[in-house]
Amino acid sequence: MIPSRAAFFALALASGVQANPHEFTLPNGLRLVVKEDHRAPTVVHQVWYRAGSMDEAPGTTGVAHVLEHMMFKGTRRFGPGEFSRLVAEAGGRDNAFTSTDFTVYHEQVHRDRLPLAMQLEADRMANLVIRPEEFAREIKVVMEERRRSYEDRPRSLLIENLLATAFAAHPYKWPTIGWMQDLENMSWRDARAWYKQWYAPNNAIVVVVGDVEPEKVLAWARRYYGALAPKAIPARKALGEPVQRGLKRVTVKAQAELPYVRLGYKAPVLRDVAKDWEPFAVSLLAELLGGSDAARLHQVLVRERRVASSVSADYEMISRGPGMLFVEAAAAQGRSGAELEAGLREVIARIAADGVAAEELNRARVQLLAQLVYKRDSFFAQALELGELGSSGLPYRDADFIPERLKAITTEQIRSAAARYLADDGLTVAVLDPQPLNPRPASAAVPGAKH
Amino acid sequence: MILAVAAPAGAGVKIDHWIANSGAQVNFVESHALPIVDVAVEFAAGSAYDSGERAGLAQLTLAMLKAGSSRYSETEASRRIADAGAQLRENFDLDRAGFALRSLSSEAERTAAMQTLADMLQSPLFPAEAFEREKARAVANAREAETQPDRVAERRLYALMYPEHPYGFSETSDTLALISREDVERHYRAHYGSARATVTIVGDLSRDAARTLAEELTSRLSKGTDFAPAPVTARTVGTTLRVAHPSTQSHVLLGVASLTRGDPDYFPLFVGNYTLGGGGFASRLLREVREKRGYAYSAYSYFRPYEREGPFLVGLETRRDQAREALELARSVVGEFVKHGPTETELKAAKKSLVGGFPLRIDTNRKILEQVAAIGFYRLPLDWLDEFPARVQGVTLAQVRSAFARRIDPEKLSIVVVGAPD
Repeated sequence: MIPSRAAFFALALASGVQANPHEFTLPNGLRLVVKEDHRAPTVVHQVWYRAGSMDEAPGTTGVAHVLEHMMFKGTRRFGPGEFSRLVAEAGGRDNAFTSTDFTVYHEQVHRDRLPLAMQLEADRMANLVIRPEEFAREIKVVMEERRRSYEDRPRSLLIENLLATAFAAHPYKWPTIGWMQDLENMSWRDARAWYKQWYAPNNAIVVVVGDVEPEKVLAWARRYYGALAPKAIPARKALGEPVQRGLKRVTVKAQAELPYVRLGYKAPVLRDVAKDWEPFAVSLLAELLGGSDAARLHQVLVRERRVASSVSADYEMISRGPGMLFVEAAAAQGRSGAELEAGLREVIARIAADGVAAEELNRARVQLLAQLVYKRDSFFAQALELGELGSSGLPYRDADFIPERLKAITTEQIRSAAARYLADDGLTVAVLDPQPLNPRPASAAVPGAKH
Repeated sequence: MILAVAAPAGAGVKIDHWIANSGAQVNFVESHALPIVDVAVEFAAGSAYDSGERAGLAQLTLAMLKAGSSRYSETEASRRIADAGAQLRENFDLDRAGFALRSLSSEAERTAAMQTLADMLQSPLFPAEAFEREKARAVANAREAETQPDRVAERRLYALMYPEHPYGFSETSDTLALISREDVERHYRAHYGSARATVTIVGDLSRDAARTLAEELTSRLSKGTDFAPAPVTARTVGTTLRVAHPSTQSHVLLGVASLTRGDPDYFPLFVGNYTLGGGGFASRLLREVREKRGYAYSAYSYFRPYEREGPFLVGLETRRDQAREALELARSVVGEFVKHGPTETELKAAKKSLVGGFPLRIDTNRKILEQVAAIGFYRLPLDWLDEFPARVQGVTLAQVRSAFARRIDPEKLSIVVVGAPD
């Protein structure tokens, strides 16, 4: 049968290179992961700090991301903007991103320029200068970023509201970019305190993927990162979330045409690679629900019933905090948010009730396995995978187990995972209630208004 | 094991070119480093071939190709592709319409996925029921676009830059309502012929297998005619449009029709724009708008060359109450650059970055596919990528100044502000 052949094929490929990736730990605690790939003469260098918005406190939400911006504002050695200028002149690209779980800085350069990237990152790991006047300008930029990505984007606001509703205690309840009022109240001292607390070699993982020799990379890492002093990283409390005991709901009103619904189901994440099977079952559930045009939600809601104009599902099994499976859909013209929500929940509930066909499971499996192969086309995607594993406390080599574990999941396990996790008690429903763009002025035609 | 068969690094992109029996142009880049095959099949069938009255027909036709063919129903087709682990993506822009298909290179998977694509392209049925559904989806998307400030800004700017030209058309519920299933069939017959079909294949395939694949994808196409989009008439003066919207930011776009794909000024404008607004933190726009004043998260400029004069575009988003200042600042940065060009130091830095960064433009199969597909569609020389670094390096200060002075008249920039200050 075609699907299972593809499955074996991808499996063989993923475990093909035994020595890769190479792992090292420097005496100061910095971890280095190097993956050789000689397909192109380029290299990706990423520095992962194990500090994201989940490590923040109420009142200073968004500080992890604000500090990320400040990291481009100069060190004792280099002036503001010099970092990006030097990388650009070397033909490189640099940027950074902050998530709930970590903050990542990255450069893509020709292999010969890797030492420059390492030198610059090592420098700002220890020598950042936060100037109040630079901070004052940059915090405005971050507020513009928030306006652009959230305030004026109804579907992003919906995600933000869903998380704020789904989580009662865990810091995943606030957005990584931070609440606007926290940004307004933030001081350069908050950013400096964050930097002092978390930026240290023993709280970082350096990932290098590309056309390199691991021993040389190690030598450069020793030279540039090796001299930095470790810090005492504060003990982290285990952050939990009380069990949700029933459906939660939130509505967001914003200017839009189509009702839009996003469902979030509390779901497990990968903790014990040897034992956990549920995260793999949930990955397959997300795929067979919303992974392609052939998946259930598209088939039933877009093609057959025409309730939705688009649907998708997503789930990340690797995460420091609690997991969620999300399903989202935009209504078809003339369909209400209520109809859309009912349709989504009915299709999802049917899996726990009736299970899935072997053919459907195989289809989802083949797609996930093929995606693992496709990921190898990009050095950047490979580096992301390694950094995510490492920052989440999982062994780097676990990437190789993923195909095997996916392959072992049965239709019964799918049904059982659906019954347990795709149930209403752990569900949060977020509905976008579209508002007209140009509401008629309410008072215009009211008789007697002149009195 | 995988590493042992990897292509030698730094070998560049070797394009194998031929013409299929149908007349379709084929470009093939063989690479066995990964068990992946990427294919793009594209036609001169983008929105350039829409009429103003029925804007949206071109994109709807492309969507309808997936809705069922002589051999496979819509559901069968999507299942065959998913079962093979393949990924099908619509490629659609002003000039081009087509698909990109990524598949595993193992024979069973590749064959199943490619056969399905071949049938979609060459014997679509355009079922009436699916047509009504896809049309309703297009209407929904168009209406949604009209409520989102960034989409509104883009739609209005293109209309201003290209009055009466299809590059400036946007589909609306009215234009979509006029489109019939027969219009789709007609559009397909007129524009999905082999005369302008371009097949691009990258990846783990022998040359013989690539030849067979190119035949399979195109041999059943009708000949069709290769007609160019209507010429663009230059605007004599730019206009400004302010659109009310309750957004927290003003979305500001400036633009003018400027650059064709085969333009002799391509490199001077491309290299010059790095300094103006293409080079991120190295560019003047981001430095002035963001770094010095904190007006915006992003501020940029770019040239997007098409068969006819594609846009030179400048954009930023900023809090409503400072939109006037930000717009004036962007205009003065552009004006100043057009007048004096980059400094010697800036030009040198731009060239270093673009030449040094060239390997990053071709370091994945997907990037190679996109680059080579453009070379094929626009009939650029096959050594275009090989020559790229030298062409960039050869650009002089005088060329940049002259090109900007001749090609970008700041007075002719059309301006749209959505969510304008009251």
